[in-house]
Amino acid sequence: MDPLSWTGQIAFLTPLLTLVFGLLGLSVLSWIVLNAVLPENRAINSAGGSLSLSSGPRDIASLAVKLCFLAATLLIFSYLVLGLILGTQAGIIGAMARQFLPVWIALVLLFTLSIAFKRRLGLYGKLFDSPIGMIGFALVMFWVFTGVFGAFDMIVTHDDPLAQISGLKNKVPGTPLRSPGEGDFQWYLLGGDNLARDVFSRTVKGAWEVVKIAPLATLFAFMVGITLGLPAGYFGGRLDTLLSFLANLILAFPVILLFYLLVTPEIVQTGLPQYMAIVLFSFPLIFFAVLINSRFRTQPSKNYLWLAIVLLPLLMLYLLVVNDPGSKVDFLTKTIDIIDIPGGILVVFVSVVFVNSPTVFRIVRGLAMDIKTRDYVAAAQTRGERPWYIMLWEVLPNARGPLIVDFCLRIGYTTILLGTLGFFGLGLPPESPDWGSTINEGRKLLMIYLHPALPPAIALLSMVLGLNLLADGLREESLKD
Amino acid sequence: MNKLAEHNGPTLEIEKLSFSFFTRLREIPAVMDFSVAVQPGEAVGLVGESGCGKSTVALGVMQDLGKNGRIVGGSIKFKGRDLAEMSAEELRDVRGNEIAMIYQEPMASLNPAMKIGRQLMEVPMIHEGVSEQEARSRALEVVTDVRLPDPERMLNSYPHQLSGGQQQRIVIAMALMSKPALLILDEPTTALDVTVEAAVVELVRDLGKKYGTSMLFISHNLGLILETCDRVCVMYSGEAVERGSIADVFDDMQHPYTQALFRSIPLPSADKNAHPLVAIPGNFPLPHERPPGCNFGPRCDYFEAGRCDSGQIPMADVAGNDRHATRCVKFQEIDWNAPIEIGEQKEKTEPGKVVLKIENLKKYYEVAANALFGGGAKKVVKANETLSFEARESETLAIVGESGCGKSTFAKVLMGLETATEGQILLDGQNIEQTAIEARDTRTISDVQMVFQNPFDTLNPSMTVGRQIIRALEIFDVGTSDQERQQRMLELLDLVNLPRAFAERMPRQLSGGQKQRVGIARAFSGGARIVVADEPVSALDVSVQAAVTDLLMEIQRKEKTTLLFISHDLSIVRYLSDRVMVMYLGHVVELGSTDQVFAPPYHPYTEALHSAVPIADTSIVKEHIVLEGDIPSAMDPPSGCPFQTRCRWKNEVPGGLCDSEVPPVRQREAGHQIKCHLSDEVLQRMSPVIKMAAE
Amino acid sequence: MGLFILSRSGVMLLTALCLTFIVFTLTNLAPNLEKLAKTQGNFRMSDEAVASWLDNNGYAQPTVVKYGQWLGVLPGWTRSTDEGMTGRCMTGVVSASEAANAARFCGILQGDWGHSTVLQKDVASVVSERLGNTMRLMGWVLLLMIPSALIIGVLAGMREGSVTDRSLSTVSILTTATPEYVSGVVFIAIFTSSTVGLKWFKGSATAATDNPTFENFFLPVLTIALYGLGYIARMTRASMTEVMTAQYIRTARLKGVSFPKIVLKHALRNALIAPFTVIMLQLPWLLNGVVIVETLFNYKGFGWILVQAAGNNDIELLLAISVVSVFVVLVTQLISDIGYVYLNPRIRIS
Repeated sequence: MDPLSWTGQIAFLTPLLTLVFGLLGLSVLSWIVLNAVLPENRAINSAGGSLSLSSGPRDIASLAVKLCFLAATLLIFSYLVLGLILGTQAGIIGAMARQFLPVWIALVLLFTLSIAFKRRLGLYGKLFDSPIGMIGFALVMFWVFTGVFGAFDMIVTHDDPLAQISGLKNKVPGTPLRSPGEGDFQWYLLGGDNLARDVFSRTVKGAWEVVKIAPLATLFAFMVGITLGLPAGYFGGRLDTLLSFLANLILAFPVILLFYLLVTPEIVQTGLPQYMAIVLFSFPLIFFAVLINSRFRTQPSKNYLWLAIVLLPLLMLYLLVVNDPGSKVDFLTKTIDIIDIPGGILVVFVSVVFVNSPTVFRIVRGLAMDIKTRDYVAAAQTRGERPWYIMLWEVLPNARGPLIVDFCLRIGYTTILLGTLGFFGLGLPPESPDWGSTINEGRKLLMIYLHPALPPAIALLSMVLGLNLLADGLREESLKD
Repeated sequence: MNKLAEHNGPTLEIEKLSFSFFTRLREIPAVMDFSVAVQPGEAVGLVGESGCGKSTVALGVMQDLGKNGRIVGGSIKFKGRDLAEMSAEELRDVRGNEIAMIYQEPMASLNPAMKIGRQLMEVPMIHEGVSEQEARSRALEVVTDVRLPDPERMLNSYPHQLSGGQQQRIVIAMALMSKPALLILDEPTTALDVTVEAAVVELVRDLGKKYGTSMLFISHNLGLILETCDRVCVMYSGEAVERGSIADVFDDMQHPYTQALFRSIPLPSADKNAHPLVAIPGNFPLPHERPPGCNFGPRCDYFEAGRCDSGQIPMADVAGNDRHATRCVKFQEIDWNAPIEIGEQKEKTEPGKVVLKIENLKKYYEVAANALFGGGAKKVVKANETLSFEARESETLAIVGESGCGKSTFAKVLMGLETATEGQILLDGQNIEQTAIEARDTRTISDVQMVFQNPFDTLNPSMTVGRQIIRALEIFDVGTSDQERQQRMLELLDLVNLPRAFAERMPRQLSGGQKQRVGIARAFSGGARIVVADEPVSALDVSVQAAVTDLLMEIQRKEKTTLLFISHDLSIVRYLSDRVMVMYLGHVVELGSTDQVFAPPYHPYTEALHSAVPIADTSIVKEHIVLEGDIPSAMDPPSGCPFQTRCRWKNEVPGGLCDSEVPPVRQREAGHQIKCHLSDEVLQRMSPVIKMAAE
Repeated sequence: MGLFILSRSGVMLLTALCLTFIVFTLTNLAPNLEKLAKTQGNFRMSDEAVASWLDNNGYAQPTVVKYGQWLGVLPGWTRSTDEGMTGRCMTGVVSASEAANAARFCGILQGDWGHSTVLQKDVASVVSERLGNTMRLMGWVLLLMIPSALIIGVLAGMREGSVTDRSLSTVSILTTATPEYVSGVVFIAIFTSSTVGLKWFKGSATAATDNPTFENFFLPVLTIALYGLGYIARMTRASMTEVMTAQYIRTARLKGVSFPKIVLKHALRNALIAPFTVIMLQLPWLLNGVVIVETLFNYKGFGWILVQAAGNNDIELLLAISVVSVFVVLVTQLISDIGYVYLNPRIRIS
């Protein structure tokens, strides 16, 4: 087998792309310069009231930018389409485009459906009015789908991210396998790493590590932050002083030091992460119990029904997650305890929640302090509503805009934190394919071999960028109401 | 220096002006075919409800419409020059120098991080290039002109150190710094208290004369326009519908909207039983949903299909009057002097038994002297000082006062959100003053309910209207099943004259008046017997106010409710209340039936309040009383009588009693009480503040 | 104001005590001590040997007592063996008379920060030396980051939605989405790699501790600065756009003030109040970046010893590090509060 080049048969596109990118850069630069140099023109209208399309240098520059941008997008798109058609004949890019086929299908489906029904989908639908938000959402969903499909071994070229194939140590992208077995993919698309493992497959597998931990950890941090932040903001006084002090205490801790102290095998031995999990994971239970109880307080029969429907499964789940045979918290018999979270993941999860919740707490507290001065809160008070009803049903829904935006940003931040943990080799097992660990391994030989460290770095960058853009789009659209 | 050349013609001439705002979806016309001229030294009023485009006109004159706003037709000429054709530099020379503007929110329009002096000095320094010393001396002069005490200190302070009234005077001073030819005032007093407003209005009028400035005065308040302007232009939904001199428009109106507007505001001649207000039916059209033809058509009594709803309706001159024009095709056919079709006259309801009795109620707060840094001596704020009164079934008791008078605190104590410091509140003979809301039983809570001031804030924005009413029903234990409550909720919507389909709507889909109706429905959902209405209509447009007020009256009649009506607006109080209680800095200064309070003898504060309220009736002559200074802070009240710092009768009391002692409550005939040191003879000497000119 | 600073300092002290106690407890958990004993003694020690080693070195006391000794409010432990006396305040084995002369208290209150088990040096000297290195790094970072972030934010925010705004906002979003370990790796790949890179800079900053040059020092500085830059620039932009739509800016515009003067005289000061707090609160977060970048570029500073100390459970070094970093965090918070009050006349005067 021959090694794959980057572009194979579609190499003819490359000079074109270089040209278009060059033009794009030039036009953007001139656009910025022209806008900075030329004075703001005042719209002076002709008597008829019609605005003629002026063709000043400013407009020409902005037209040029648009055209170049369009051309670049088209070209990149044609790389993908041609790659999909030609497969490995279109080189590494073609092969990768084809590997990602399930992701493309899922993305196209998702976007078509969402845009078709966007008027009925509330804030989510409005996202599709904002180009920035759409780009962000596409980036995020790309990695989500990659993570999910990757977990089912649909995208990876070599199923086992730990498999080492001899002769491929630190080999450049496109290197063929020496003696491929029957049905094996014949190349290492993005080369091999220091231990002769496939970089492409590891990066795809790494997406799943992020997708399974980051959103859930952020959600838990929000549960904790909301459950504590609402009363602190609403009641104020001593409770607020105490909770704020605790939050500031955690915030004053340098994050890395905290991780180093919490995420070590020795600490896992003491059972501390599990005790913390017992406390932190109980917040969703408290949250839903209070939520339902405050709503149906006046109708006991409905109240008990709903409490039972929601709380029993949650409680079950809680016990299963918290219990871990062989550790300090082991009270269920083995047959019942079907969910088992590896200690490493649990400690990572718990510490990420722990680090994030004080910030959420501060945001929620501030929002609650603002919203509690509204008349509808006073109206609720004057009809004798209990404080928790007011907090959860009158205050919280009206704080949702900023909270959703922050949720997106915080998933990005959590992704960065997970990467940091991986970078320092904390928590997750050393051979784990998560991006942080892969970057950490790759950096050691960075001066000589670039390819093992760059793909996970770019993956992480694009995912966090997507989340940031998504948050920006959501913020913009939610302000438009 | 560099002012535009003198011009023999109107200072400002707007002709057939149209503005639009452009959004992604469509063009929204904000102002259409608008013409007005302001002669030198003349004050022209621009009146209309919110959203009618009056502020857009002001910003259009300033050529400051933002990115989306654009002039699509017509011209704005200032001293004969078209402002739209000026370059950015020329325009900068005009702004602040020739045309100055005064805004609604004085606090927001002053830079919080810049000393007042600097902000004032900037104007002549930019436009006339004068030195700093000269600019400062000019600033000093103007600050003296706007009658601010201690001008030196004023110049060295930051905006937040001044009270609202002082800030507005500074904004006025800033506008006058370069002696502009035209002054635009955009609702300059809306954010101020009534008595402060009166003083500011007087100041504006005097300074306009002194400096010979033309003025464009924008307001929603017809009374204010009457007091300040020579001519007036009435706007409705982006169009000028009538313009002319004050006398012509107020007494010889030629447009149905103007007429309807005057019929819906509570003038002294109105009476809730004999001459009820006539609300304008329907709603203000949204800018992109305007009807064809006459914009007012769908709400007009004289509407004639085929004529009123087709084609553009031009302004037509009214023959015989001075520059009086109207935008109505039928104005010559309508009999403008026909008597108002009196709506159903209602029986005066007799107040029933006493349901609420307040005795010597006191509410003190302890506040840390220094809020930010904590610690320090605690200060006692006396928010309510010995309140005593009773309220009967089906009675409307108005509580009148300006900010800081303690009316909201009283409402909180009554509702149980705070507990009283001393004294008692008896509801049907039971003490509730120490029972916080959590400890009250459902019956008590649902008996005493509240209607809030700000319609945009009174409903939870993320819950449907129906859900919010049903929640109140659940809390008040009304109905036994969800179906029953659903039914009851729909009935409540009927009660407040809202279509049942509104149950499914979100609050943001409702107009201000509709939200306020939902608020009323919610308050009455548990069969409330006492309803505290905290300025329920003050944030609403004039034409909607009447409808909401009427609704309250009607429900009260039906349910025999006791209504505690908190307001600062004496016109509406006179219209609907049976008894009035006037409060000042936590004290009840006067209490009596409406007739007693509105006729002499008055408490000196009540007297000033009467004089301060602008009345849109040319046949009324008011005695002119302007209170000096601002309302003292409740944190630091004056010694002795709370009103002594501003009282004009103070020197009639011998021995400086006002400075040293809180006056006793003086019982006069039939439940009329006044808290004042003035002797009976002096009180007898007082003459009525408001008189009909004909008398 | 004095009272305010005093009460804030009180809270600060309390926070510092709580935090060091937490660190102390975590580092003194049984498994950690066992690891320590094995690294100090030998890896094949039996459980009894570990217990006796801990006992001999004073680690077997209750945590609170040990914490008190570390602080210097309780007398240091002493222990007499056959060969003489050992103790917290003594080095090695000493005779009884020497032991009697040794100080009774030796905690941080007495200026004794202890001994680093990893580096086999005095903690105080290690920390102060490394802190100096890091301060130099941070100084350059701040010098690069804050002015550029503020300029970008103000330029972007003064005309919302303009070309400048959109291009600068894109740049700042991009930098906030790039953590140090990503940008560092990318920079090393582009600028230093010997195979394909530009070879403009050095990929290692080890030499920069003695002889910082543009070549070996710029990349670490840039890497830290970029990540913080985006965040501060976005905060500044948000605050600037808000100020530019404020009524008093309209007042100024309608007074005839020219646009540059509006920005400089009216908007700037108001717009910088919010970012000031953000900048100060951002400083502790830079510590993260410092740790990552010092590891990545092998620059032997404060972050580098943090990794060393934490990785080897070097208790006294870790405690010193946490005291220093907590101190940094709290002092920046204090400065941020005071500065906010100073910048904002609304609070200052009332």
